[in-house]
Amino acid sequence: MNRFLWPLIGFAVLVALLAVGLNLNPRDVPSPLVGKPAPAFALPRLDAPDREFSPKEMLGKVWLLNVWASWCVSCRQEHPVLVELAKRQTVPLVGLNYKEVRGDGAIDSDRLAPGTEQRMVVERAAGWLARHGNPYTLSVLDMDGRVGIDYGVYGVPETYVIDKTGIIRMKHTGPISPDIFSGKILPLLAELQK
Amino acid sequence: MRRWLLVLLLVVTSAAWQGVHAGEAKPLAADEVIEKRLVAISSELRCLVCQNESLAGSHAELANDLRREIRTLIRDGKNDAEIMDFMVSRYGDFVRYRPPLKGTTLLLWFGPALLFVCGLGALLLYLRRRNLVIRDTPLTVEEQRRADDLLQQQEPRQGQS
Repeated sequence: MNRFLWPLIGFAVLVALLAVGLNLNPRDVPSPLVGKPAPAFALPRLDAPDREFSPKEMLGKVWLLNVWASWCVSCRQEHPVLVELAKRQTVPLVGLNYKEVRGDGAIDSDRLAPGTEQRMVVERAAGWLARHGNPYTLSVLDMDGRVGIDYGVYGVPETYVIDKTGIIRMKHTGPISPDIFSGKILPLLAELQK
Repeated sequence: MRRWLLVLLLVVTSAAWQGVHAGEAKPLAADEVIEKRLVAISSELRCLVCQNESLAGSHAELANDLRREIRTLIRDGKNDAEIMDFMVSRYGDFVRYRPPLKGTTLLLWFGPALLFVCGLGALLLYLRRRNLVIRDTPLTVEEQRRADDLLQQQEPRQGQS
C-alpha cells in the first residue's frame, strides 16, 4: 500500500500543478503600471487632428483607455462589448489608435511623408469606426507607437481602467469578453465612481 | 554530378542570403559601440510578443520599436541600469530574463535547489531504511541449511555441462 501511495501522491501533485499552470494565460503579464499614474501624453485627436488630447483632461473622472487599430483582428472581436459599454454611457471611453499604418505590415511607412501618414491613419481609422460603430468618446493617434511603449502595450487590444486621480487601476490585455466586462470591469468602475 | 549541383545551389543561395542580410545590417554598422551595447542589453530582455525570444533576436514589430527606443536611450547617455529600469517600469519584471531576487521570486530562484535537497533527503531516508530492513533479517538456521543444500546440488550440475 505504502509503496504505491507516495508515487501516487507525487503524480497527483504534478497533475494539479500542470492543471493550474497550463490553464494560465502566458499573455497575462502583470503590468507594473497598475497603481501608478497613467503616463502623460499629448496626441492628435482622430476627429480633429489639429487638436491634441492629454490624460490630464480626464482628471476627476473614471475613464477607460482602449488600445485599438483597424488591422487588429481581436479588436473586432471585442468591439461589440465596447459598443455595449458606450450605449450604457457609464464612463468615457478613450481610444488609443496604435500604429494604424506602421503596425500594418503591408506598408513601408519609412517611405511616407509625415503628412501622408497622418492622412492615411485618419482615413483608415475613421473608416473602420464608420463601418463597425464608434464606441469611443474620442480617439487619439499614436502613429509611431511611442505612447504605447510608455503604457507597456505589447499586444492590441489592451484596456486600462483609470480612476479620478489619474491612477491606473486595472489593465486588461487582449479582447474584453462579455464575462470579463460584466464580472471584472463593471464592478471596478462602480466602485471607483463612488 | 548531382552532388556538385547541390553544392552550387547552396553556395548561390547562401550568397544571396548574405546579400539580403548585408542590406539589412547597414544601420547596425553605423555606430559599433552603440550596437554592441544594444545587443548586450537586449539579449537580457524578453520580447513580449514571442515570449521565448530575446529582444535582440526577435523580428516582432514591437521588438523593433523597443530596440529603437533603447538605441535612443543609449545615445542620450543612459547607463545600463537606467535602461533596464525603463523597460521594467513599463513591462514588469517579466521582461527580464534574469528576474530580480525578491519576495515573489524566491520560489523561482530557490525552488529547484529546494526540490533537489528534498529529493536527496528522501533518497537518503529510503537507503537507510532499506539498510535497516536488510540487516534485521538474517537467515534462520533452517534457511541457511536449505541454501547450503541448494548450493551443493548445483555444483556437480555445473561440472556436467
